Amino acid sequence: MPLTSSPPGEIFGIVLALLFAVAAGLVGCFALMKRMLLASDVISHVALPGIAVALLLGFNPLLGGATTLLLGTLLIWQLQKQTGLATEAMIGVVFAGSLALGAALTPQEDLAEALFGRFQTLSLPSFLLGVAAVLLIVGTIFRFREQLLLALFSPELAAATRVKTSRLDLYFLLVFSLTVLVGLRFMGALLAGALVIIPATTARRLAGSVPQFLLVSCLASVTAVALGYAVTSLLPGRLGLGPVVAILSTLLFALSLLKRSV
Amino acid sequence: MTAEGTESCVLSVQKLNISFGSRAVIRDLSFAVAGGEVLAIIGPNGSGKTVLLRALLHQAPYSGTVQWAGGAKLGYVPQSIAADRQLPLQVRDLLNAKARILKLPPAAVAEAAESVRLAPELLTTRIGVLSGGQFQKMLIAFALLGDPNVLLVDEPTASLDELAQEHVYELFEKLRAERHLTILLVSHDLSVVYQSATKVLCLSMDAPCWGAPRDILTPENLAAVYSAAPKFYQHMHHHNYAAHE
Repeated sequence: MPLTSSPPGEIFGIVLALLFAVAAGLVGCFALMKRMLLASDVISHVALPGIAVALLLGFNPLLGGATTLLLGTLLIWQLQKQTGLATEAMIGVVFAGSLALGAALTPQEDLAEALFGRFQTLSLPSFLLGVAAVLLIVGTIFRFREQLLLALFSPELAAATRVKTSRLDLYFLLVFSLTVLVGLRFMGALLAGALVIIPATTARRLAGSVPQFLLVSCLASVTAVALGYAVTSLLPGRLGLGPVVAILSTLLFALSLLKRSV
Repeated sequence: MTAEGTESCVLSVQKLNISFGSRAVIRDLSFAVAGGEVLAIIGPNGSGKTVLLRALLHQAPYSGTVQWAGGAKLGYVPQSIAADRQLPLQVRDLLNAKARILKLPPAAVAEAAESVRLAPELLTTRIGVLSGGQFQKMLIAFALLGDPNVLLVDEPTASLDELAQEHVYELFEKLRAERHLTILLVSHDLSVVYQSATKVLCLSMDAPCWGAPRDILTPENLAAVYSAAPKFYQHMHHHNYAAHE
């Protein structure tokens, strides 16, 4: 991370990373309540083969990641509609297969960055695109929060309240994938799901109502990213942003355990 | 099947067929429900009571005709919810969610809670720590949001002790009187069926029957319907006797 990089680009990078943290915190709450952590992991790993192909062919890795993410999301959505056992088995296959394929295809020198992420400065257009994505994610979650809550309490009651649960699942998965995609460059393919899952789990231990849950999750997520950014700037060198943020998130979770038992 | 009550007919079901895969659960079932009636749906396990309710709600695939009257607004109280008790959901979160989806005024939640006598402090209680009876009341309050005139209720007391059971049935009686509800009730408890139902629909592959409780709840009929479980017959016989006294 060159210290001489243009300040606006760096600020764009930080701001988008923090906005991403808010989106990840919100999305994570619903992912956790929907008990779809395994599916979440698969989604972030599915980006890897796309990134690899893009690197090999020399186009934007994010575009490659987005393509396989979208395909993976639709695949998982289809699988969700089928029987439980088949879904679980298929998710396992997709998970391992895409990680292996991505790791085998990605050029060796880019592998660590693709897997674990790196802080990046951003151009104005990339920044605006990222902000638009975050707004779309947060807006969608707020627009559908009641439907999501009902559907995860009881799909049957949600359907009786005229909530289209299958379509809602698809919206949620797309929003989830978009979140992973925005976080991909910072967190890397292996850990892009971490910021969705860990802060929400932390908040789950501390919150007693849904609004509290969402708020605490966002705070935990933003804190981890801000601290992670501080740590990697203070100790420049071989520390990837993804692992640092994931470790800090896990530490916050450990703290939440302490607080609970007191 | 008579054409009785066609004028105030709320629900008319004609030649309804429901199957799970290749197994037919309900075959050529026809019945009708008039406004203000309490229709009890009884039958042995696996006779299709729950799936019938879901078909009436258009939530399960079926063939045949399910015709609700134009003004019918349905409320549904499911049998059990496999909800994660660890969810950080409060009763209020859930009721508010439905109220907002249906664009009801904020007062609707308090009003629904009040009509099932759900104590105000329970609104801010996590659903995971509710008792069975409180949970049931919450589900009924949830169903009442949006002011339905028909309630479809599936085994409302399956997991409750006797006192709580009586309480829930009294509640349905009160709601029916206050809100002029038509109620479709799946129940195992034949004594309740005998006391509160105006019609009984008895599901059984071999001997489905439909009519007034005194015509349907005869020892002969019950023996035929519950042939696999004779203890139901004795249970009923006992209550039947008591009710006549």
